[in-house]
Amino acid sequence: MTRIFANANYDFIGMRRKAIIATGVLLALGLVALLGRRINYSIEFTGGTLVEARTSGPAWDIEAVRAGLGSAGLGNVEITPYGDGQEIGIRVQDVVAGGDADDTQATANAVGAVLDQIAGAGSWERTSADAVSPKVGGELRTQAFLAIFFSFFAVLAYLAWRFEWRFGLAAVIATAHDIVLTICFIAILNLEVGLVVVAAVLSMVGYSLNDTIIIFDRVRENMHRSRREELIPVLNRSINETLPRSVLTHSTTLAALIALIIFGGEVIRPFALVMAFGVFTGTFSSIFIAAPVLLLIEQRWPGIDGRGVKVAGKGTARSATQSA
Amino acid sequence: MFASIRNRMVVIVALVGLAIFYLFPRPETVRRQLADGRMQDTVMTRVPLKLGLDLQGGMHLELELDESEQVSADRVRDTDLALTVLRKRIDEFGVAEPVIQKVGDERIIVELAGIRDPDRAKGIVQSTAALEFRITDETRALDNALPAMDRVLAQMGIAADAPAGPSAASQVTELLGGTRDTQGVALGDTAAAPAVDSTTTDTAPTAAPTPAPTAGGPVLQSLIQPSSAYGFDPIPGEYAVVETAFVRVDSLLRIPEVERLLPRSVEWRWAGAPTAIGTEQVRMLYVLEDEPIITGDRLESATPQIDPMTNRPIVSFTLDRAGGRRFGAETGRHVGDYMAIILDNRVQGRAPRINSRIDRSGQIEMAGRDIREAQDLALTLNAGALPIPLKVVRDRQVGASLGQDSIRSGITALIAGTVLVILIMMTYYRLAGVLAVSALGLYILFTLAGLSAIDATLTLPGLAGLVLSIGIAVDANVLIFERIREELIAGRTVRLAVSEGFQHAMSAIVDSNVSTVLTALFLFQFGTGPVKGFAVTLIMGIAASMFTAIFVTKTFFLIWLDRKDSQATSLSI
Repeated sequence: MTRIFANANYDFIGMRRKAIIATGVLLALGLVALLGRRINYSIEFTGGTLVEARTSGPAWDIEAVRAGLGSAGLGNVEITPYGDGQEIGIRVQDVVAGGDADDTQATANAVGAVLDQIAGAGSWERTSADAVSPKVGGELRTQAFLAIFFSFFAVLAYLAWRFEWRFGLAAVIATAHDIVLTICFIAILNLEVGLVVVAAVLSMVGYSLNDTIIIFDRVRENMHRSRREELIPVLNRSINETLPRSVLTHSTTLAALIALIIFGGEVIRPFALVMAFGVFTGTFSSIFIAAPVLLLIEQRWPGIDGRGVKVAGKGTARSATQSA
Repeated sequence: MFASIRNRMVVIVALVGLAIFYLFPRPETVRRQLADGRMQDTVMTRVPLKLGLDLQGGMHLELELDESEQVSADRVRDTDLALTVLRKRIDEFGVAEPVIQKVGDERIIVELAGIRDPDRAKGIVQSTAALEFRITDETRALDNALPAMDRVLAQMGIAADAPAGPSAASQVTELLGGTRDTQGVALGDTAAAPAVDSTTTDTAPTAAPTPAPTAGGPVLQSLIQPSSAYGFDPIPGEYAVVETAFVRVDSLLRIPEVERLLPRSVEWRWAGAPTAIGTEQVRMLYVLEDEPIITGDRLESATPQIDPMTNRPIVSFTLDRAGGRRFGAETGRHVGDYMAIILDNRVQGRAPRINSRIDRSGQIEMAGRDIREAQDLALTLNAGALPIPLKVVRDRQVGASLGQDSIRSGITALIAGTVLVILIMMTYYRLAGVLAVSALGLYILFTLAGLSAIDATLTLPGLAGLVLSIGIAVDANVLIFERIREELIAGRTVRLAVSEGFQHAMSAIVDSNVSTVLTALFLFQFGTGPVKGFAVTLIMGIAASMFTAIFVTKTFFLIWLDRKDSQATSLSI
């Protein structure tokens, strides 16, 4: 039988200082990158108009389009070529007048008129158009942040119920670390943040927590089994024991994500990129953030059985096994 | 209860059968209520998986009450009323499976999949369809008020002053008899300016340089002429404005100090479309009595027709009994007067003369527009007026070709992802890998069938979620297999190792999946269409993955163990 990391016995916890330094450096780099640029929100979050146009003729002349839009009074535009350049996305931030989507619709028509001039009417096709009023964009942005924020607490509550607050807190700190790093990643790649990217961040949160929970579940079990053992060896052993599973699951998940990055198309690519990054940072944080933080919490607020740990979730763990 | 292998197999086969049933198109009877209250049964082919707008193309509109001209007393109630009206209209319009729903208290979402003419559909949704009939003013109220209005404007520094205006202005000059004085009404920006109420500073960008009394003439008197001045048959209360000056005059008339000068007994309305005279176009302005003689809520039915006399499209209408009595009395009183037909605050066609008492039926001229517009008008009139106009706060249109590309790339990614995952599992687990892969096949089947069963809509992010969940779905199997391996290494017999492995992996599987479902639920709660689709796919995928891992894979193991000697110590895993 093929086995990877069969009897692995790495001292993960011993590496925690180096790992935390590495994280610190990454975070610092990310935050510096974040300072330099603003998060590139999509029109879903800012309001505005996005017109996507595909021509059957030669690739779009982006500068001509930009100049044409400029003379039509649409200066604040962003033009993105897709693929071979026959398709472009034109994002217009300012609306022609007023402040409602009615005007962003007028904006879409104005863009259409400019493209007619450049490519000739009928030789191009509007593949999609989206006009969002700034009010709706603001609402969506608030809701997205609230969703991330509240899902955080819901998971914390669930973990506190299933494990113990120490475990829940450690898992949430690890996840917070993942979110911050992911935001840095988004900023560095200058990915456009729309609903799909928020969905990726939330899925990433779920995935990273999932990974932490698998390890914590093993920690819980091992604490239960060998009450005399110190916490550090228990943590190390638990991580090592779950290592084959981690490697395998992360490989299959990455395989699916690579398929999405290559074949999934323009809309899905940012999602797959963010999620793929999440697989790495989630794995890293489960081992090098969640476990050491748990250790730190236990040292700071020792549990009741002298070893620094109250054997957590004893009853619930057993009932879950029985219900199977 | 599921102890024996036979019972387990029965459950699995039954579920597979059910899943296949859900995934096959089949005829289905849909009962719906028509606009007139009758129920109608339609037999339609049930599509196993509805595709979202991003996959099949179509239009997504988000609408709110537009209170810029009319303030709502009770927004929630008015939104509900608007929702009912929209349902009726779209029902009549005939779109397959429209989505018309309220989100929150004050927003309406309309989704029309696969429509070819989004602008027309948008017109039908947005038209307020407020119909009213008013008698035109015969007191010359505007003529009397114009000099005073111009004096007010002159005091504000707005006059027909004479800067070197753009070419549009010289056209005006020619039309108005070539007097230099009437030129240059600061038309420079009017073409682009909004037709909403503006303040003086907005509307008179170039007025300041020349003092009004010397160079400037009375601006409104020069721009607003009785329609007879252009050679139309005279109608009291009807005026004409050159089309290029339409926006400018509109904003001047809306200045409060100006509007106040018109007596309270009259109101003014523009024509819905310009009228051509030769190569030029004018816009009719009507001064009307302030009380409508009748409004559209007394309407019983409206039908689009071609007028046999003129061969032009018209909409003929019938009023209800009470409306007919009132209309008859009013028109009887006003024989010889002119009656403007006003739809959404715009006068339709030129005001016809009332030749005799009209009772319950009449007709609306479409003023040169085509029969399809007559059909749309009849449709909106029949469905009733919106309580308050609606404004579009989000308008998303996806072309059908983009949707097809998305489906193609989504399916390519799905196949590629599945193949990669199968390769990894087979390489690593060999025999157990085969079990896991068959479980994966069932997993995909169950997920899709589950989505079909709850009538979920498949969106592009949903497809991505499906691909992603295939990568994640094997996790439960991996957890179980790894656990069985550990138990085998610890020296347990095969049978014991399998049962212990399943038991011990359980808490990890449950805990990790519940936390993923929790985040997905929040995503569902806040997301709009496509992202909601993602959340639903993810949740359904997790349910299917837990079931296949815990129940189906275990059954496979049991079958396999059953064939072997129960004391076997080797297990290819």
